[in-house]
Amino acid sequence: METGLLAFLLINLAKVIVVVVIMLMAVAYTVLLERKLVGRIQNRWGPSRVGPFGLLQPLVDGAKLFLKEDLMPAAVERPLYILAPIIALSCALISIAVVPFGADIRWKGVDLFQISDINIGLLIILGVTSIGVYGIALSGWSSNNKYSLLGSLRASAQVISYELALGLSLIGVVMRAGSLRLRDIVGVQATHGLLSWNFFGGFQFVAFFIYLMAAYAETNRAPFDLPEAESELTAGYHTEYSSMKFAMFFMAEYANMITVGCVATLLFFGGPTSPFGHLFDHVLTGTAAQAVLPIFWFVLKVFFFLFLYIWVRGTLPRFRYDQLMGFGWKFLVPVAIANIVVTGLWMGLRLPVQ
Amino acid sequence: MHLALFIIFGVFCVAGALNLLLQRHPINSALSLIVVMSSLAVLYLLLGAEFLAAAQVIVYSGAIMVLFTFVIMLLNAGKEERTHGSRLAYIAGFPGAAALLGILTFVFLSRGGDFGQARLGEYIVTTSDLSRVLFRDLLLPFEVTSVLILIAILGAVALARKEH
Repeated sequence: METGLLAFLLINLAKVIVVVVIMLMAVAYTVLLERKLVGRIQNRWGPSRVGPFGLLQPLVDGAKLFLKEDLMPAAVERPLYILAPIIALSCALISIAVVPFGADIRWKGVDLFQISDINIGLLIILGVTSIGVYGIALSGWSSNNKYSLLGSLRASAQVISYELALGLSLIGVVMRAGSLRLRDIVGVQATHGLLSWNFFGGFQFVAFFIYLMAAYAETNRAPFDLPEAESELTAGYHTEYSSMKFAMFFMAEYANMITVGCVATLLFFGGPTSPFGHLFDHVLTGTAAQAVLPIFWFVLKVFFFLFLYIWVRGTLPRFRYDQLMGFGWKFLVPVAIANIVVTGLWMGLRLPVQ
Repeated sequence: MHLALFIIFGVFCVAGALNLLLQRHPINSALSLIVVMSSLAVLYLLLGAEFLAAAQVIVYSGAIMVLFTFVIMLLNAGKEERTHGSRLAYIAGFPGAAALLGILTFVFLSRGGDFGQARLGEYIVTTSDLSRVLFRDLLLPFEVTSVLILIAILGAVALARKEH
């Protein structure tokens, strides 16, 4: 360690603050993006009054939610009712800490574009998302409202069922990389641009589609948004929440979407590496370009996944509950296991005979 | 640093376990159990068992305890009534617990050197190391455990099957 402890702490603190601020801004503008895109899909304009093209709408929304009265129903289980949105939002924000969103560039010994580089980064993300379920489960139970309780029961059952398929779908990728560290997984895909991405060159597209569907279910987004199905359950688990507590659930949902986009980018689409590989390395040789371009690619890929989320929401109708369970257990899990077996056989056949 | 973290999370673990017994509402007990499991994960992490710590959080704190809370919420279990406990617990329980604690303390203090040391720094990091431990060194226990779980699943299916 060549830097002092104080400098190390300060740089890391600055990194954390910058990432959290960017994340919250991204959440706010993902909401705007969703409203605009769903508006266009439904042949209307979406928010267009505040600022040019409605670009200041997130600020106004934030102000509105801050200024609203924070109602606390009389019969709620008070400590858990307050704890639930905190769990949901903090778990949603923690998992971004292990995501490498740029090239491995160090300044005074500190990795600039990743908050913490952990050997088991992938498992940390899975663990944190599995804890995040408690936010939803406890909010529904502590609200003392039948719709909230039904919503959180649905959410718990759905998340447990799809977590299995999600975990199994990632094993093929881990087998190819031989590591659970996210930078190693990206490094395996960095050699030949998009030809070596796990999605194309790694033949992990089956795993990718399983991951995508399971992740949509985990984040409770359409077509798996049964926990907050407004036609049946008013607003599901956050029916009794208002003001900033409601906003925390809302932000958690969008932060989770962004995390899913990041993980899909890292595991299947080469993370911050360029789709052209090293073809254009001689054109842009400056240090600044080397630092900025990977971030550009990463943001572009994550944006694509957010776009896909909204597109799917605007297009597909909601699942019925038995269809949801049947799809998860009878289709996704067996296909994920088959993917592991096929990947294992393929890797075994390619190994040199010892 | 290690010692401070060990003490903090050890205290969390014991406090969670006590709270689990003392709480009257099942959901509070379940939440205390989550605290115990998560603190255990941190203790594993301090011993250098990164994979085990992550698996503890994903499997126990994440999946199994969600099922517990799910069942408690589904049955809408109310507050437990406080009883005076059985006489047997007072006669056999307290001396038994004290004796167990005494034996364990005695063994750890007198034969502590024989247990072998967890060497910090020799972590299982790569997935190939992990697979070597799971599928070569500890293959038999691993497979036997899988068969045990399979039997449990078959039993659950047999019990839940409707008679026609």
